[in-house]
Amino acid sequence: MIKFLVYVAIILTVLAIGYLVRVFELASSLKGKKQEEITEKDNRLMSRIMLTFLFALFIFVIYNLKSFGSRLLPIAASEHGVTLDWLFDVNMAIIWVVFIITHVLLFTFAFKYYGRKDNVATYFPHNNKLELIWTIIPAIVLAFIVIYGIRTWAAITADPDPKSMVIELYAKQFDWTARYAGKDNKLGEADYKRITSTNDLGMDTLSHEGADDIIVKNEFHIPVGKEVEFKFRSRDVIHSAYFPHFRAQMNCVPGMVTVLHFTPTITTAEMRKRPEVIKLVAGINEIRKERGEKPYEFDYLLLCNKICGNSHYNMQMMIVVDTQADYDKWIASKKPFLAPATAEVKTPEASAAVAENKAPEAAKTEEHKHQ
Amino acid sequence: MSMENHGHGHHHEHHESHGHHDDHHHEESFVSKYIFSMDHKTISRQFLVTAVIMAVLAMLMSILFRLQLAWPGEKFAFINFFLGDKWGKDGILEPGMYMALVTIHGTIMVFMVLTGGLSGTFSNLLIPYQIGARDMASGFLNMLSYWFFFLSSIVMLSAFFIETGPASGGWTVYPPLSALPQAMEGSKMGMTLWLVSMTFFIVSSLLGGLNYIVTIINLRTKGMTMTRLPLTIWAFFITAILGVLSFPVLLSAALLLIFDRSFGTSFYLSDIYIGGQALEQTGGSPILYQHLFWFLGHPEVYIIILPALGLTSEIISVNARKPIFGYRAMIGSLMAIGFLSFIVWGHHMFITGMNPFLGSVFVFTTLLIAIPSAVKAFNYITTLWKGNIQFTPAMLFAIGLVSTFISGGLTGIILADSALDIPIHDTYFVVAHFHIVMGVSAILGMLAGVYHWFPKMFLRHMNKKLGYIHFWLTFVSAYGVFFPMHFLGLAGVPRRYYSNSAFPMFDNLVDINILITCFAILGACAQLLFLFNFFYSMFRGPKSEQNPWGANTLEWTTPMAHTHGNWPGQLPVVHRWPYDYSKPGKERDFVPQTIPLADGEVDGGGH
Repeated sequence: MIKFLVYVAIILTVLAIGYLVRVFELASSLKGKKQEEITEKDNRLMSRIMLTFLFALFIFVIYNLKSFGSRLLPIAASEHGVTLDWLFDVNMAIIWVVFIITHVLLFTFAFKYYGRKDNVATYFPHNNKLELIWTIIPAIVLAFIVIYGIRTWAAITADPDPKSMVIELYAKQFDWTARYAGKDNKLGEADYKRITSTNDLGMDTLSHEGADDIIVKNEFHIPVGKEVEFKFRSRDVIHSAYFPHFRAQMNCVPGMVTVLHFTPTITTAEMRKRPEVIKLVAGINEIRKERGEKPYEFDYLLLCNKICGNSHYNMQMMIVVDTQADYDKWIASKKPFLAPATAEVKTPEASAAVAENKAPEAAKTEEHKHQ
Repeated sequence: MSMENHGHGHHHEHHESHGHHDDHHHEESFVSKYIFSMDHKTISRQFLVTAVIMAVLAMLMSILFRLQLAWPGEKFAFINFFLGDKWGKDGILEPGMYMALVTIHGTIMVFMVLTGGLSGTFSNLLIPYQIGARDMASGFLNMLSYWFFFLSSIVMLSAFFIETGPASGGWTVYPPLSALPQAMEGSKMGMTLWLVSMTFFIVSSLLGGLNYIVTIINLRTKGMTMTRLPLTIWAFFITAILGVLSFPVLLSAALLLIFDRSFGTSFYLSDIYIGGQALEQTGGSPILYQHLFWFLGHPEVYIIILPALGLTSEIISVNARKPIFGYRAMIGSLMAIGFLSFIVWGHHMFITGMNPFLGSVFVFTTLLIAIPSAVKAFNYITTLWKGNIQFTPAMLFAIGLVSTFISGGLTGIILADSALDIPIHDTYFVVAHFHIVMGVSAILGMLAGVYHWFPKMFLRHMNKKLGYIHFWLTFVSAYGVFFPMHFLGLAGVPRRYYSNSAFPMFDNLVDINILITCFAILGACAQLLFLFNFFYSMFRGPKSEQNPWGANTLEWTTPMAHTHGNWPGQLPVVHRWPYDYSKPGKERDFVPQTIPLADGEVDGGGH
């Protein structure tokens, strides 16, 4: 019934507008005016709106910058992130200059040269010099942008320090698992065919390199000032490991191992004490209080940033950047994939036998710990 | 209309022999005149009306998901009204449906509206008209092109009426998500329909594109050299070439995806464990799909924007009453953009794990596109300088396009830079960028074209005042929607999130989302004015005279009636380029292309 009424209302509105327009048209044709003709009056009005729009646009832009500009991501918490932010600002400066110049020209020309009755436009079909200028200047500016961009990119994607700490991030619908390479800093073999309900990552239970790996869920810690090399795997569809605070991102592609490395520079505790973060958090908590939600505390996060299914919007993992001492303490509290006692067993047969018994247990404890 | 009357098109002499074919044409049935018509003007109108309807539906979808983004979890009778209890229970949008709406909104806008709708409408309308031909090279293929397009649109929409709903893996439908029915509801039947629909669409696009190319090369009237073609035709020509070269690649991508989905192949699948079992497929690469997809996907955005730029070139020149500035530079930049568009696809894949060195090559080629784009923008601005600007609604939209093309293009500089792309890839910054530069710009260009050529298409005028209001509301809301979106991206908000409420760090961005949605609703309401104006004027608008805007191009030398063959007598002969506006020493401020050069008069822009 309501649907029917809505339809009727829509039809009636359309009819009403139709008749209104008809009345206006008849009225103007009675006055001998052609409503479709563009008069000088129209041109003047539109030219003025053009100029007004220019100002309105700039005011809107400034309003946006002022009120939203302070809610962006806080300072980059990684070494390369700081360089990236700098490069972004330089490029943005160039962009703002071009944006302002072109828009001022476009809208002031539209304002100034509106059609007048006895006016004739200037016949100006081309000018090689002008065209050369605005081909060469953008080319030079772009050369600068390209050179700095590629250099920065090359530095970020260069091979990691061989001594950097290795962590695997494993993505599946809809959560993340982190696996530390352990004491030997080498990840054990893993294969999707070995996945069972208790061996989530498909770890090779015979692998010595894998025995000391540490698997954690929900949150993972990294020490400040130390380069971390991430290796990404995905179990099902493409996910993207997005670390906004560290200005880092890499897709996780099934059938492939992708890599990424960065050096965190600010611990979670330090970040929480930074004035801009305190302000940011206060702003958020004000909103949360109004809604009656728990207060929020700043944390680094890992998000999924490649559409991966219905719960894509809630696939996250907390990252804690610790001081080295805190990190050591935290990692020491975690159990390796195979308990240390068994890791010492040398013969493959023996370790296999043990693995059959121990692996599930190890996985269970992990899960239990993070409930 | 029999085939003979239409099957002309090999030689100009042949045309002449049909000079009087109006006299001997027989009565047409309703079906052959309005439904299975082979006349380029009718087909053009069919494309336009279909595209308008599809655009309205895609816009409606965007409003539905914008409501969810601004007020997550709130109950809207509006949502329930359209989606019913299955997908809009109690007026709350279901997450799977959110993804489907985002996906289908993108697909319809990119393919049905801005490729099929834009090229289909204006290439069909203007190519024969502006080059002085009686029709397309093949009227029959042209008709097929429309009907495949129609079929494709119907199949795409039909997915809303099946139990598992439409495809929902994003408009790029990356596998494995799109290949595995276990991964989400949308990857079941809906995805199959999506692929079928796209296959029809590609057929339509190829039939149309080949026709456009052949017609432009072979059917130009006497005197219409390539350098006397209006920029609209140049734009359609290059667009058609891009389409013919790139759409087959999309078809191959789709075909392999169909194989992976239905026949157990593993082109894109490898080492997957899903739904509690390890799949057999191994050795494939999801990245392969992305290469194939973006090999079309990037030219595709130029397939969208070039026709809009072509229309704008024409409209700005006519209404500034000035020749387009730098005609040859405009052609050169169209060609440069067209060529470069084929070697930049990798900039969509900087963070897929592609070799970083390859990434830097794509940075270089991508940023090169900024140069011809800058030339175009400056040339538009210079065309306005010292003009005698007639602010028709079409002119407003054309100027709007120049503005959005610049502001959207500029943020492209950031995204083309692989290093800067890392933290904003797949965030709302990207959404803002491509909507402004390609979505809004192309829509503004298309609307400019509709207002400008409406008298030619429907022999009547649209209402000017409604047009003015329509433009300003549309333009203001376009910036209102997409400018603030950049900030969401810079705050790290990923795109395609059903809700940001799982992340307290985004809580302070809710008001930005509300602002965006309010502007989106305003913009949608503005389109209702257009819809009304469009359909009302089609039947009741004031009759137009032959050349209402004082334009030089050939379409305005045809009589104001829909006759087959366009010109009742002989085909017009062209004597000059199309941009002799306000040429010194001339009586009027325009000199149509059919007027012979005076003694000692130099043709063209003084080249």
